[in-house]
Amino acid sequence: MIRVVLPPHLRTLARVDGEVELEVPAPVTQRLVLDALETRYPMLSGTMRDHVTQLRRPLVRFFACGEDLSHESPDSPLPDAIAKGSEPFLVIGAIAGG
Amino acid sequence: MSKIRLLVGTRKGAFILTADGTRKRWKISGPHFAGWEIYHIKGSPVDRDRIYTSQTSAWFGQIIQRSDDGGKTWNPPGKKPEDLMTPEGMPKGESNMFVYDASPETGKPLTTHQWYDGTQHPWEFKRVWHLEPSLHNPDHVYAGVEDAAIFESTDGGKSWHELAGLRGSDTGPKWQPGAGGLCLHTILLDPKNPQRMFIAISAAGAFRTDDGGKTWRPINHGLHSQYIPDPAAEVGHCVHRIAMHPSRPSTLFMQKHWDVMRSDDAGDLWQEVSDNLPSDFGFPIDVHAHEPETIYVVPIKSDSEHYPPSGRLRVYRSRTGGNDWEALTKGLPQRNCYVNVLRDAMSVDSLEPCGVYFGTTGGQVYASADAGDNWKPIVRDLPAVLSVEVQTLP
Repeated sequence: MIRVVLPPHLRTLARVDGEVELEVPAPVTQRLVLDALETRYPMLSGTMRDHVTQLRRPLVRFFACGEDLSHESPDSPLPDAIAKGSEPFLVIGAIAGG
Repeated sequence: MSKIRLLVGTRKGAFILTADGTRKRWKISGPHFAGWEIYHIKGSPVDRDRIYTSQTSAWFGQIIQRSDDGGKTWNPPGKKPEDLMTPEGMPKGESNMFVYDASPETGKPLTTHQWYDGTQHPWEFKRVWHLEPSLHNPDHVYAGVEDAAIFESTDGGKSWHELAGLRGSDTGPKWQPGAGGLCLHTILLDPKNPQRMFIAISAAGAFRTDDGGKTWRPINHGLHSQYIPDPAAEVGHCVHRIAMHPSRPSTLFMQKHWDVMRSDDAGDLWQEVSDNLPSDFGFPIDVHAHEPETIYVVPIKSDSEHYPPSGRLRVYRSRTGGNDWEALTKGLPQRNCYVNVLRDAMSVDSLEPCGVYFGTTGGQVYASADAGDNWKPIVRDLPAVLSVEVQTLP
């Protein structure tokens, strides 16, 4: 089970509290996590990555295990700790502006 | 007794202000969609409980919200509230999808417009600036977006498609962004001719369709803008807002970057009516609900000094359709006032006498229940106000 932590505004949109748990087939990648997230909560489509290009929105970041994975390929395997659910995959609204 | 519902969009959420017909005591609800920019929130003239909202964020993009109960509850268009209680019931993200039409069948959709450095730049959707519900069907609504284009929904905001004939018109490559972006910010629907619409784009100008949005042409003849190489060019004018009275839809009023203008032939020719204004720079312009020749503007000092001249917040009213302006100051701050009033932040109700409302970047919403003679702040400390719309309720 993959654990995902959403920023507060996206939790409000998705109408969830706390972490989200998702089933994601191995090998777990950023793209598969986001696909599963948008399938479970379709209102999040377009809020983290572009509807058409599927590119990450510029002020959204993806952190995991103390690393910024935002610039990694969306198809690169995520760390084992994410795949095993011992660490959460963090979706972050970048610190920019007010 | 009639009621008034003010729909106020701000930098950090939406607020709904309500009062009875005396317009003296106001109740304030909000913030709705706290923390998000609410560029526009507007009700359907057909079903006054149907309200559309543009909720947007530089971080998380565009969301369309809809209320079917006058703003008490909100949902993304597409599902009933009870359906949203389960993940399976969540609506698809289509209500947030504004994808430029690239199909060859629907005209000549362009892929680029002029960028700040003179090069061509791809069209990139950023946000919805303005939502204009149809005059006839609550499920039919138009959206003006940045980068400039007009979209339409005929299913209550569940899905959107572009009226690509506008962006595909021959002048598209010459459009360029103003300081606020390349935004389509004004949509006027002709109540006497359902095939006719007017739109305005910063910085391209005004455009008209006479065939329901299939084809468009620029209507900027008579505009004169010193900030473009050819001041009388067909496009490139930074039109800030246009307005009409529903009884005379061929008479248009315009607040341009500089200059207040009017046209009496549906935009074919414009003439300047700024005359004795202390500055003819400004953003909003609106028309009295019962007097088609009574118009309102809020002069701003200059394009780089976005505050009232002399620090005095004055609405100017002309009862002659322009050229002869009077300052309306009673109840408005007349010293040390350095707020701005943005293009969609003024509106009128349809009571007698006509109510006039505007919001400022300082978070005040001012109301006049006597057509502008006297003003009072309804609320003083909201986030910066982006838009104000009025619903007059039975």
